[in-house]
Amino acid sequence: MTASVAGEAQVEAPAFVPRILVFSTNNISDPGIDLAGSSHMHYSPGVMVMGMPCTSGIKPAWIAHAIERGFDGVFVASDGDECAYLPDCAKRASRIMSQAQVLLKEAGQSPQRLKMAAICSVCAEPFTRQVTQFAQALVALGPSGVR
Amino acid sequence: MSQPELEVAALGVAGGAVPAARRIGVYVCHCGGNISDYVDVAKVVESVQGDGDVAVARTAMFACSDASQQDMIDDIQKNQLDGLVVASCSPKLHTYTFRAVATRAGLNPYEYSQVNIREQCSWIHRDDHEGATAKAIGLVQAGIARTRLTEPLEPIVVETTPKTLVIGGGIAGLRAAVGLADIGLQVVVVERELTLGGWVGRFGELYPYGKDGHALIAGLVAEIKKRPAITVLTGADVVGKSGSFGNYDVEVRVGGPGAGSISVRVGSIIVATGFDSYQPEAGEFGYGINGVMTLPEFTDLLDRSTGPLVHDGKPVRSVVYVYCVGSRQASDVEGANEYCSRFCCTAAVHASVRAAGLDAMARQFHLYRDMRTYGKYETIYTRSRELGSVYLRFPDDTPPAVARGEDGRLVVTVRDLLTDGEELAIPADLVVLVTGMVPRKNEELVGVLKLPLGSDGFFNEIHPKLRPVETVVGGVLIAGACQGPKSSAESVASGLAAVTQSAAILRKGFAELDPLVATVDTDACTACGKCLDACPYGAIAMTSLDGREVAVISETGCKGCGGCVPMCPEDAIDLRGYTDAQIRDQIDSLLEVSVA
Repeated sequence: MTASVAGEAQVEAPAFVPRILVFSTNNISDPGIDLAGSSHMHYSPGVMVMGMPCTSGIKPAWIAHAIERGFDGVFVASDGDECAYLPDCAKRASRIMSQAQVLLKEAGQSPQRLKMAAICSVCAEPFTRQVTQFAQALVALGPSGVR
Repeated sequence: MSQPELEVAALGVAGGAVPAARRIGVYVCHCGGNISDYVDVAKVVESVQGDGDVAVARTAMFACSDASQQDMIDDIQKNQLDGLVVASCSPKLHTYTFRAVATRAGLNPYEYSQVNIREQCSWIHRDDHEGATAKAIGLVQAGIARTRLTEPLEPIVVETTPKTLVIGGGIAGLRAAVGLADIGLQVVVVERELTLGGWVGRFGELYPYGKDGHALIAGLVAEIKKRPAITVLTGADVVGKSGSFGNYDVEVRVGGPGAGSISVRVGSIIVATGFDSYQPEAGEFGYGINGVMTLPEFTDLLDRSTGPLVHDGKPVRSVVYVYCVGSRQASDVEGANEYCSRFCCTAAVHASVRAAGLDAMARQFHLYRDMRTYGKYETIYTRSRELGSVYLRFPDDTPPAVARGEDGRLVVTVRDLLTDGEELAIPADLVVLVTGMVPRKNEELVGVLKLPLGSDGFFNEIHPKLRPVETVVGGVLIAGACQGPKSSAESVASGLAAVTQSAAILRKGFAELDPLVATVDTDACTACGKCLDACPYGAIAMTSLDGREVAVISETGCKGCGGCVPMCPEDAIDLRGYTDAQIRDQIDSLLEVSVA
């Protein structure tokens, strides 16, 4: 495992568990994330989820705020094409992501601290895999600097 | 990963005026042991007890139990609580339960926040009790942070028109019309064709009870004629819709393109526009060769036959059914139908029972991928085998091939998985392509109703189990196969579900809507108009306020998605329940604990 290799390099120091804020959506991705729990899957307790009605309602400034205050990464579990509200939700979401990446760069943070993937209402396994991979990528990237 | 250790760090309080303290009650649920086996719930309660805004904090064995609900009500009344946080399961399960608890205790239901520490905490971190406990503390603190900024809200009350428009006069729409009239509502049925009945009206005997499709529709039409509350418009299209929840003005064109239209005011709309049958491409499984037909074409042949089947003047002695034509297609195919059409396995099996009834000597071969005669339909499958049908399972990646042999007879070549992939060549007089359902092409109506389509092209419900006939457009319901493949019985069931939902909206004469809609800070608004473009529902308009232009959002038109929020360059729009201040405070609160 990648994480254990990193761990061996610094045996004494406590392992870095990245803190990841997830923006989910109440009707699409949140049920998928719930299903991961009901199916007794596993991801890191550093992953914390906030539900929104729709991905297109996320302000880029909230993403920047989360990193600025100490989250190591933000994962947007988006509606993708399944949004029940907005037919162009995926397009809006990618615009929000680009704007947030600009804000992160301005704050001296890596845009890699932000990741988006469409998570459907039964996407338990993909969500678990995505956040676990994202956590590994953030371990490689190191803490956001605010602890 | 190493065992994270629990560390609750107190962050410095940000400067600025300290608002008056709230009196929040916090309840952390054991859920039997579903939560408390992995999360130290007592420690969670302890961690929030010092919070100046928390007046009561306790654990509950089952927060949703009657006894716990009563304890909460007593606490709220005794301690004059002005906020409620319940940390238990997913908000999908008990949001309405605890809103009702608040209401019964005299607390505004929108002063309550749900925190999910089961599906998104205890169950997912079963190997890490300390991490799970630390995370639960963070989540509960975020719930408190959200509640600190809640305000009492009143549901939006809308007077409603006691009339429903049913779009589509197939079995789902007609049964819904009868149900609506019987529940005391006026009904207008709009059917595009000149006759009622849809697909079912074209068929004879249907599974599972052998009822006749024409007779079923004739029976429903007779019932409709008995009910003066129902108006039926045939040869009619819905061409326009305005208004909002509870009062829609729908424009119906009667008599085809170019004809005049009438306006109907209705409280709700049930969309029951049905499906199209999958039409194979020329050459797909031999389609186009004489003797290769789709399932509806074969059903039509059965309906017209009174004795042994005859095709093209010749007796049919051997029938081969090829299943999953146009369904469960590989995702790399352009415009693939990846879904299963549900009804076609049973429909084809049932057709073979009928064919055997017409000619006991006919040989019938079923080439299938998976036999999905779910539920009691399994008995039809058994009956078909008893009558001599032979079932051969072919591999997903090696579909059967249909060709006309040199002797002029059809031959179907198939690899039979159950005899270790042996290749068989089956001579046939008829090949039936068991075709599924595809979404009906109806772009004009989709544009008028502004209903979202799923990735499969069918109309999208809000939730397939929890809110199966509702769409995000309030008061616009979907029923039958326009929502996804369904049998006639399932279509009728969903039509009746839409009746119940319509009655719930319209029978009282008024409806209450969730007030979690977007609002404009008119002081900050510069009337730039960007939010107007952001709302496809037309819920935002410009108005004049104290001599200047500002944006205003219609409470009944707003769907509460928040799509306009990030589009406002002045940060002047907030979505209630998800305000800028609430989101930022929740983010900060989540970080007050360290999970490693």
